[in-house]
Amino acid sequence: MRFSLVRFLHAIYFPRVPLRIRLAFCAVLAVLTAPAAMAQVAAAPAGTGMAQVTVVTNLEEGHRLFEVHCAVCHGPGGEGGKGPTLAQPTLPRASDDASLIRIISDGIGGTEMPQARIDRKDVPSVAAFVRSLGSRPLEVVPGNPERGAKIYAIKGACAQCHTLRGEGAAIGPDLTTVGRRRSAAYLRRALLDPNADVPQSYSAFRSDVSLPENFLYLRVVTTNQIEIVGVRVNEDTFSIQLRDVTGRVFSFYKDELAEIDKQWGKSPMPSYLGAFTPDELDDLVAFLVSLRDTK
Amino acid sequence: MKSLLLPLSLTALLAAVSAVAQVDVPFERLRHAGDEPENWLTYGGNYSGHRFSSLTQIAPSNVATLKPIWIYQSREAGKWETTPLVINGTIYVTERPNVITALDGRTGRPIWNYRRPMPNDVAGCCGPVNRGLAVLGDSLYVATFDCHLVCINANTGKERWDTLIADYKLGMSETVAPLAVHDKIIVGISGGEFGIRGFLDAYDAKTGKQLWRFWTIPPPGEPWNETWGKGDSWQHGGASTWVTGTYDPDLNTLYWGTGNPGPDYDGDDRPGDNLYSCCVLALDPDTGRLKWHFQYTQHDVHDWDANQVPVLVDATIGGQPRKLLVQANRNSFFYVLDRATGEFITGKAFAKQTWSSGLDAHGHPILIPGNEPNADGVLVYPGLEGAVNWPSPSYSPLTGLFYVHGQEDYAQVFYKMKEDYAPGRNYDGGGTRNVLGQEPYGVVKAIDPTTAEVRWEFKEQTSSNAAILTTATDLLFTGTRDGYFYALDARTGKPLWRFQTGGQIHGGPVTFLVGGKQYVAIAAGAGLFLFGL
Repeated sequence: MRFSLVRFLHAIYFPRVPLRIRLAFCAVLAVLTAPAAMAQVAAAPAGTGMAQVTVVTNLEEGHRLFEVHCAVCHGPGGEGGKGPTLAQPTLPRASDDASLIRIISDGIGGTEMPQARIDRKDVPSVAAFVRSLGSRPLEVVPGNPERGAKIYAIKGACAQCHTLRGEGAAIGPDLTTVGRRRSAAYLRRALLDPNADVPQSYSAFRSDVSLPENFLYLRVVTTNQIEIVGVRVNEDTFSIQLRDVTGRVFSFYKDELAEIDKQWGKSPMPSYLGAFTPDELDDLVAFLVSLRDTK
Repeated sequence: MKSLLLPLSLTALLAAVSAVAQVDVPFERLRHAGDEPENWLTYGGNYSGHRFSSLTQIAPSNVATLKPIWIYQSREAGKWETTPLVINGTIYVTERPNVITALDGRTGRPIWNYRRPMPNDVAGCCGPVNRGLAVLGDSLYVATFDCHLVCINANTGKERWDTLIADYKLGMSETVAPLAVHDKIIVGISGGEFGIRGFLDAYDAKTGKQLWRFWTIPPPGEPWNETWGKGDSWQHGGASTWVTGTYDPDLNTLYWGTGNPGPDYDGDDRPGDNLYSCCVLALDPDTGRLKWHFQYTQHDVHDWDANQVPVLVDATIGGQPRKLLVQANRNSFFYVLDRATGEFITGKAFAKQTWSSGLDAHGHPILIPGNEPNADGVLVYPGLEGAVNWPSPSYSPLTGLFYVHGQEDYAQVFYKMKEDYAPGRNYDGGGTRNVLGQEPYGVVKAIDPTTAEVRWEFKEQTSSNAAILTTATDLLFTGTRDGYFYALDARTGKPLWRFQTGGQIHGGPVTFLVGGKQYVAIAAGAGLFLFGL
């Protein structure tokens, strides 16, 4: 067998990667081994309408841009955080390079994933770097998800505020697919220090404030001195709607309120610090991480 | 004999009840549009861009009882941005795409429709919206999204002529309401994000023949071409003219704002001030000759167009009566100019901004370093939409205040990216991103047009591009993105009335009489709402 530099490097860098991913990376490796080479990537930049273009991918530049534009949510190594982990061999929303490039360029509507402001020609490099993260070992999550499910239901009483597959309340985020959207480290921190990151939206000008899920903690006092605490459901120039801890929705015109106290950065969720044993916390996180189904 | 008599008497009866007179609006009526508040004859309400009505039936004492009379809903989805014209009780609106409808003011029922087929590949930055019409004589004039100027018989809706303004395949589009001056139709162009070279045109109202074109970027050999550097950046430098200007008949001067230079966020290939981008131009409407220009933002790299309506105000400054031109600019500064000479009188920031430490003696902003877009992103107040984008302001000669609809507490992260020009493609050299969790708010501000001082502000949940209307009873009408059409006390900013229309409001409110009664109309969502007492 003839010696192949590409295969040699491939064996070193990606020892146990599925064939499909390895093939996708041949293009990237070609660039690594011969920096000036053109790599064929079967993808068209979003909106060009072209079927196939020749693009140059550069892993080093992709890494640099990832740190600037992506790492704040997805973690410096793609381990996840506010955004889902990218350090996995298959990305649920990006089964091929074209869809990954499209997601980076256009964002994902109705989620916290915005359009990346990255030069169109550099997007394939970022996509190539994101794909390279898939070869890293998956995060090991200790704990037993079955036991975690019981903690979710009983000791944590999580369904009082959260929804799983349509069941539960809507004071906090729907957790049906939270394992796809948040990393284990993020979920652990959210349980211990809920104020560390409150879900917020990127949308500056919106006619409905609640989309995507944007849980602003509110305290309002009516002109006849009734206080209501809850999360904002919607707000416009003259009115505001909120949901209290019992799930009841209140709607006011603002001139019926003496006070509207918006508690930016404060989560309605209580801290579970000290509420669980370390093993119970592991189990609960393992359960949450396992929530990945869309069906 | 009998068979003839019956139709004749029927005609007489109809005329007595509700027959609509034929449209005939010569230039002299446009010049004195404020003297006939029963109609709404130009985009800006009058040539000065005041959007002020002397009607008094609707007042603070009764505005709380204002209620919807009828609603006209379009067959096409998508937001409207039109300011209707109203002539003799008939309301003329522009719908998307390329549709004009004449509505009976009493019933809201269409009298005629003009529909012009539109190609499906017009780029346009922001959808096939249209901001309105011009009337002259018995004709209506519309600039279509695919860059035609069309003349329509106002009585029948039938097309008289159709002139090609520009090739939409080069990224140009038309959303602006034309302006009729003397026997000419003045019309601008959109496409500042597509590497166009901007211009302002005048056409013969009778024939559609082009009379002059003023290029907003001078070619090599003409003054100021050197403000674009040595290359060919001037050929793709933007400086569009996409919002209707104003006109002073006494000075016979046309005032028109120009847009950002392109590529928007990357100024590397266009070193210099980039004239006449981000300017107000003072032009002779007879010839298209430039009388003077004033540039608000030199070498803009934040897409802060200066297309906001240059409003003409006569006021006293330092004991002297002055003919002023005032503008609340997208870059966050309010400017007071002498409109005869272009001299800068005063100006100051009217919204939160972080890029300039103030205006110098010439009205030029003094830059704070570090606010130019770069590859890693830089956070700047205001964001790309600016402190105010294109919604028309209002000026009330009774309160002496200027009213503007903008946004506050609004930053964005600006990025620069290398981009090559390609015909018809986006050419902005970067982009912007919202700041996580930030909720900038919409705002109506009352500004003293002689000192640039903000007198009061009314907060909205989120910003809107609805125009402002003021009336002689000190009412102010405008709308919100979250669907409210509402009224404020123009002296204090206190809310007096509101109605939830259920659609985003980005249109221009107008007021007029039908059958002697005052109504207010506003485009909301994809339709028109009429309100009365």
